[in-house]
Amino acid sequence: MKFMLMMHAPKAGWTDAGIGTWPVADLMNHIRFMKDFARELAESGVLVGAEGLAGPEEAKVVRAQTGGSPAVTDGPFPETKEFLAGYWIVDVDSEEQAYEVAGRASAAPGKGGVPLNMPIEVRQVMSAPPVEV
Amino acid sequence: MTETALDRSGENLLRELAPQVLGAVIRRFRDFSAAEDAVQEALLAASQQWPREGVPDNPRGWLIQVAARRMTDHLRAELARRRREYLVVMEAPPHEQAAAPDRIGDPHDDDALVLLFMCCHPSLTPSSAIALTLRAAGGLTTAEIANAFLVPEATMAQRISRAKQKIKTSGVGFQMPTAAERTERLSSVLHVLYLIFSEGYASSIGPSLQRRDLASDAIRLTRAVHALLPDEPEVTGLLALMLLTDARRAARTGPEGELIPLAEQDRQLWDRRQIAEGFVLATRALRAGLNGEYQLQAAIAALHDEAEDAEETDWTQILGLYELLMRRSDNPVVALNHAVAFAMVHGADQGLRRLDEVARDERIAGHYRVHAVRAHLLEMAGDDEGAAQEYLAAAAKSASLPEQEYLRLKAARTR
Repeated sequence: MKFMLMMHAPKAGWTDAGIGTWPVADLMNHIRFMKDFARELAESGVLVGAEGLAGPEEAKVVRAQTGGSPAVTDGPFPETKEFLAGYWIVDVDSEEQAYEVAGRASAAPGKGGVPLNMPIEVRQVMSAPPVEV
Repeated sequence: MTETALDRSGENLLRELAPQVLGAVIRRFRDFSAAEDAVQEALLAASQQWPREGVPDNPRGWLIQVAARRMTDHLRAELARRRREYLVVMEAPPHEQAAAPDRIGDPHDDDALVLLFMCCHPSLTPSSAIALTLRAAGGLTTAEIANAFLVPEATMAQRISRAKQKIKTSGVGFQMPTAAERTERLSSVLHVLYLIFSEGYASSIGPSLQRRDLASDAIRLTRAVHALLPDEPEVTGLLALMLLTDARRAARTGPEGELIPLAEQDRQLWDRRQIAEGFVLATRALRAGLNGEYQLQAAIAALHDEAEDAEETDWTQILGLYELLMRRSDNPVVALNHAVAFAMVHGADQGLRRLDEVARDERIAGHYRVHAVRAHLLEMAGDDEGAAQEYLAAAAKSASLPEQEYLRLKAARTR
C-alpha cells in the first residue's frame, strides 16, 4: 500500500518567527535528522519518493478561463493557514506502518531540540483494482 | 543462471566506442533512430558476450557488424511489413543500401563528431539534447540517464524517442556542419556539455547519494571532443573549466552534506592533479586570446584554484576577467559575480552600490542570488542584522534544499 505523507507548515511567520530564528546548532540538528530519516526510509526499502517544495512566496495559482488564456495569480490560496512544505511517498504493508513513519517525521527536532510535532497528513495513494479471485 | 558482468575497463571501452560505432552505422544506413536502437542492442550483446568469450581483437568492428546485422533485420522486417500493407516500397533492399564511401583517413573520428553535432542540434530543447547526447554519444543506458535526472525510466525513454523523431523530421543530415554554421553549432555542443556538467555538479551534494555522477560523464565527453578538436580554444577552455571546478568537489560539502562556500573550503581537500591538468589546459586556451566565455571562466577558476588560501585570491585579475565576460555577454548572473569581485577589490560599500544597479535588471530582480550576494556584502560591511535578513530572504526564494539550508545557517551565524 502506498501512502503520501504531507508535511504542513504554518504560513504565518514561517521565515521570521519560525525556522529563521533557530540557532545554528538547532538548524544542524534538524537537517541531520531529516537526512538520516530519508536515508533510513530508503535503506529499509519503503521509500518511493520524497521532495521538499520551494517556499510559498514563489507559489502561483493557475486557473483556466473560458475564452481566454489561463489566469496566473500570486501565492497559495489566501484562505489557507498552512502550506505544503514537502512530502514523502512510502510503500508499506499497513496503514499503521504509514502512521508510524508519519509520527516520526512529525517529531523532527526544532528550536532547542524540542520536537516540532508538525501535522503530517496521511493519504493513501490510489492503486490498481485488487486481483479477482 | 550466473552472469558475468563486464569489468570497468570493458565498460569504458564500450562507452568510448559507442559514438564511433553509431556514427559508422548511421553513415551506412542513414537512419539515426533505427541505428541508435541497433547500436544499443549491439552494446548489450557485447556486455553479455565479452565477459564469457573475451573481448574480440577488433571490438569496434565487432560492434559495427552486430549493429549492422540488427539494422538489416530491422529493414527486412520493415520491408515485409510494408509489403503486407500493400505499400509500394521505394527503398532499395538492404543489400543494395549503398554505403557512403569512406573518406580518406580515419573516418571514425569524424563520425563521432558529426554525431555530437546531431545530438546537440539547436532544433532540440536542452533537455532533449542532453538526454540524446548522453545516450548516443555518451553510451549511457536509458535507465542510467533516468537515474541521473531522477525521472522514471519510461519518461526518459519517451524523451529520447521524441528527440530522435525530431531529428528525423527536421531533416538534420548526418554530415559536418558547413563552415558558415560551424561556430554556432559547436557552441550548441559545448553548451549541452556544460549543462550536463552543471547538473552533475549541483546534484553531487544533497540527499541523492545514489545518483549517477554526471559531472564525470560530462568531463569524459568533453575530453573526447577535445581530443578531436585540440585547437579549438573554447573546447579547451570548457574542459579546463570543468576540471578546475570539479577539483574542489570534496571540499564543497561538510559532514552533513551542507554546502561550504569557496572562501571557507579546506584547500587541502582539493584535487591537485586535476588542478594541474586544468592549469595547463587553461593556459593553452588563453594563448588564443581572451575571447570565449569558457576560456574566461576557466581563467577565473584557475585564479581561484591557484590561491593558497582565500585571502591570497587575486581579485584584481578576477575583476578584469569578469569585465571582459560582461563585454561579451549580456548575462545578469555574470553581472552579479562582477559585483562580488568589485566589492573584493573596491570594498563592500562600492560593491553594494554596484549590486543595486545590477538588481534593476528585470531578469534577475528578486532572484534569490541577488539577496544572497547582498547578504554577503552586508556581512562584509559589518551590518550583521541586515545580512541575516537578506540571507533569510534568499533562503525563502531558493529552490535548492542544500542551498536553502546553507543560507539559513548563514543567517543564524551572522545574527
